[in-house]
Parts: sequence; structure tokens; C-alpha cells
Amino acid sequence: MSLTVDSVSKKFGRFPALNGASFVAPQGGFISLLGPSGSGKTTLLRILGGLEFADSGSVRFADLNWLGMPARTRNAGFVFQQYALFKHMTVAENIAFGLKVRPRNKRPPASEIQRRVKDLLDLVQLPGLEQRYPSQLSGGQRQRVALARALAIEPRMLLLDEPFGALDAKVRKELRADLRRIHDHAGVTTVFVTHDQEEAFAVADLVAVMKDGRIEQYGAPSDMRRNPKTAFVSEFLSA
Amino acid sequence: MSKRDFHRPTDDPLWLKLLLGTAAIGFIAVLLLLPLALVFREAFAGGLRAFWDAVTEEDSLAAVRLSLMVAAIAVPLNTVFGIAAAWSIAKFDFPGKTFLVTLIDLPFSVSPVVSGLIYVLVFGANGWFGRDLLEHNIHILFAVPGMVLATIFVTFPFVARELIPLMVDQGRDEEEAAATLGASGLGTFLRVTLPNIKWGLLYGVLLCNARALGEFGAVSVVSGHIRGQTNTMPLHVELLYNNYNYVGAFAVAALLAMLGLITLLLKSLLEWRYADELAAAHRR
Repeated sequence: MSLTVDSVSKKFGRFPALNGASFVAPQGGFISLLGPSGSGKTTLLRILGGLEFADSGSVRFADLNWLGMPARTRNAGFVFQQYALFKHMTVAENIAFGLKVRPRNKRPPASEIQRRVKDLLDLVQLPGLEQRYPSQLSGGQRQRVALARALAIEPRMLLLDEPFGALDAKVRKELRADLRRIHDHAGVTTVFVTHDQEEAFAVADLVAVMKDGRIEQYGAPSDMRRNPKTAFVSEFLSA
Repeated sequence: MSKRDFHRPTDDPLWLKLLLGTAAIGFIAVLLLLPLALVFREAFAGGLRAFWDAVTEEDSLAAVRLSLMVAAIAVPLNTVFGIAAAWSIAKFDFPGKTFLVTLIDLPFSVSPVVSGLIYVLVFGANGWFGRDLLEHNIHILFAVPGMVLATIFVTFPFVARELIPLMVDQGRDEEEAAATLGASGLGTFLRVTLPNIKWGLLYGVLLCNARALGEFGAVSVVSGHIRGQTNTMPLHVELLYNNYNYVGAFAVAALLAMLGLITLLLKSLLEWRYADELAAAHRR
């Protein structure tokens, strides 16, 4: 019952975005993919989410051939850097979306959906904002709604693509702590992409430092800080 | 620094504003409003009665019916084609994409008369399929199917052209989010894409409709001008005018102009009714 990423490669045209990335993480772990832009971290995350297709390699998760499943059956919640909220829907409608699009026999009744939307808004600390539209919210609030929307489907895996990249330092820290709390509460396997090493080390159990489509070093933050394996890692961590 | 010296960098002097404003309004008045007013004046020159008789005359009614029918077939089809084309161009990457965009623009760059002649070449008696079609007693040229085809060709770009920049600008994020939340392709389109493009789509459909009703060149080539059978409103206007029936010609022309004005009015009404929603969609 773990996440096994095995030599995943992906080219965009002639440009190799991923060059055989591999790592193993325990079920319920919090993994951060850390690296400079162009290191392939977002590509790897999008492959995990089913938004991009790997040229070769495999991913097994919870005994499933993960890459053989289309995005909509993976049940992996995805949080985008630019929020990607549905502009024409209220906060409540955004959060309920993943439940409302289920086939009739798997769809919870309306009262249950309403209750779950309220619980999720409490969880992300935005109680009572059900009827607002995304355009009426601040950046930090929007990302909290996006997180609640991703959690509403009770995801098997939570994927976050630089979720706090567009926010200021203070809001970043608050959201980071909240994300960790929510992860520990829900116990969902979480993969978090960032280029900010402080953020990665503060929030994740396991960090994969990426460079040129490969994983340079993978391990617990404390081990990595004590014992950087390559010049690139030690330079990147001290920057 | 005195207040007079300070102005915003985007602010222009008063004389320039007045000059440009007058030029724009004058241009519109002379080239658009004046001719439109003249059409209506000529149409009612013989009084309301003459106008009414000209419009309700049998051949005129047949022309109105035919125009509406051609538009009723061409506009929905072009709406579907336009959405499909814009969707594939905006949301997917594939080889030959630029070529497809050029193809969509083709009807804009080719003279309508030429597009009409293409259909003569393909379906005419001496054309590629002409003989086979005649043998099976299928009439495309000088009949309604040919006029519908010509109208579809000429009005194809309106919906697609309106939607492509809009959908490219909106990106794929919301559709990707919908997919990760378990929505099907059709569900994503109906719940996410369509609500986001509905205003652009409406505008494109209205423009497409206006052009479909007013198309002259291409339809003229394939119609055969059979009074009461293959004459659309614009063709009927020409026919009446060439027969020195000025009141009739201007009456039908006024009716055609009114259809266009109703289209505009409809659009303004919808914009007014849904102003908040429009504003919300523009805010990010």
C-alpha cells in the first residue's frame, strides 16, 4: 500500500522533461518535490494526476496500475498554482462539484452534500462563505476553497502544484501550517511541488530534490541537510 | 507644480478628443445611419399601405420564409461546427493546428461569389457530381440545399472566430480541475466550458445569424433566382430594384434591416439583463 514511482520519463517534443524519475513513499506520507524551474517537478506531479502522460516508466499506488487509469477515475485531488476555481460557480458549488458529477447511484443526497461543504469550509477555516463567488475572495481564500474542493471527493491522493506560489509570505506560512494539519487529520498521501526549500523542509516528511528531470536526492529533511549527496543539493539547500 | 501641468500619461488634449470623437460619430452618421434612414424613408414613401402590400405580396413572403429557413438550418450547424473547431484548437495540441486556423478563416478571405462558384463547379450539371446527382433526381444547385451549403460556407468563421481567442485566453485549468474531480468529457463541457463561453457564443451566433440572413454573393450564384422558390430576401430586393419597383425593393430591404436591428436589440437586452454576471465573468 505505498506509492512507487519507477523510472518515469517524458519528453515534450525533443526536450526531455523527465529522465527516469524514481522514488518510493509510504501510504499517507507527505512528499515534497523540490527543484528549480525546468527540473521536471510539475511534469511529474501532472503525470501522477493524470493530466500528462508518461512516455515510459510505471507508477503503482495502493496496488493499482496508476498510469493505466484516466484522471477522472484516479480520485486524486489536484490543487493548481492559479487556483483554477470555476469562476461562474459559488464557493459551495465549487466544493460540491466533484460530488455532483458522480453517477446517480454514487451521488450523495443534496443534504449530505450541503453538510459536507459546510464541514470542509470549517476545515479550511472559511466558515459561512458558501454563497460567495471566487472573484469576491482574496488569493489565500481562493486557494483554501481550491483545497476544500480537492478534499471533497475524499481523494486517494492529494497533489499540489506550487499552491502558495502566488501568495505573500505571511499567508504562505499560515496555509502551510493548515495544509499539514489537514494532511495529518485526513491521512491522505500528499505530493507537494515547490521551488522553495524552506517550505519543502517545513511541511514534508520526505523531500525529493529534482534536477534535469531526475531525482538528485531523496530522503527526510534532517538527513538531507546533514548529508547532502551532491554538490547541486548542498548548493540548492544553502541558497 | 500647478494642477494644470499635471495630467495622466494616458490623457490627451481636449482638441484631439473632440477631433477624434467628431470624426468617429460623423463617419458612422454618414456611412451607416444616413443610408439606413434613407432605406426606411423610401420604404414608407408610398405610405404604410404601400409598404404593407409590398411586404405581404406572395413572392416577398416566399423570400422571407426562404431566408428564415436557410438561416434556421445554417446557424445551428455553424454553431456546432464552430464550438467543435474552437474547442479542439483551444484545448488540444496537435500537428496541423495552424493550418486548421487558416482554413477557418478561408471564407473571410475568399470572395463570396467565388465560394458560390465552387459549388457550381462541384454540383453543377458539368461539375464533378452533377451528372450522378441528376440521375438520382437530387437537386442541390438552383435549389434550397445549395443555398444552405453556400450560406454555411460563408458564415462558418463567425462562431469559431469569436470563441477561439476567448477559449485560448481561459486556458485549460478549469477543465483539468474538472477532470481530476471525476467529471466526464461531456460533463466538463456542459458544466464548465459552456458557462464560461456563453456570452462569446451568443455574440458569435447573433453575428452568424445576421450574416446568414443578409448573404448575397454566394447565394446569388447558386440560387438561380426563381421567383417565389429560390429567392432569398437580399436576392428579392435586387430583383425588385432591377424591375424599377422601388417601393417594393426598399420595403423588403427595410424588413431585412429590421431583422438585423432586432438581432442587435436582443443582444443589448441580454447584456442589460445579465450585466452583473458579465461583470463577474470579466473580473478575475
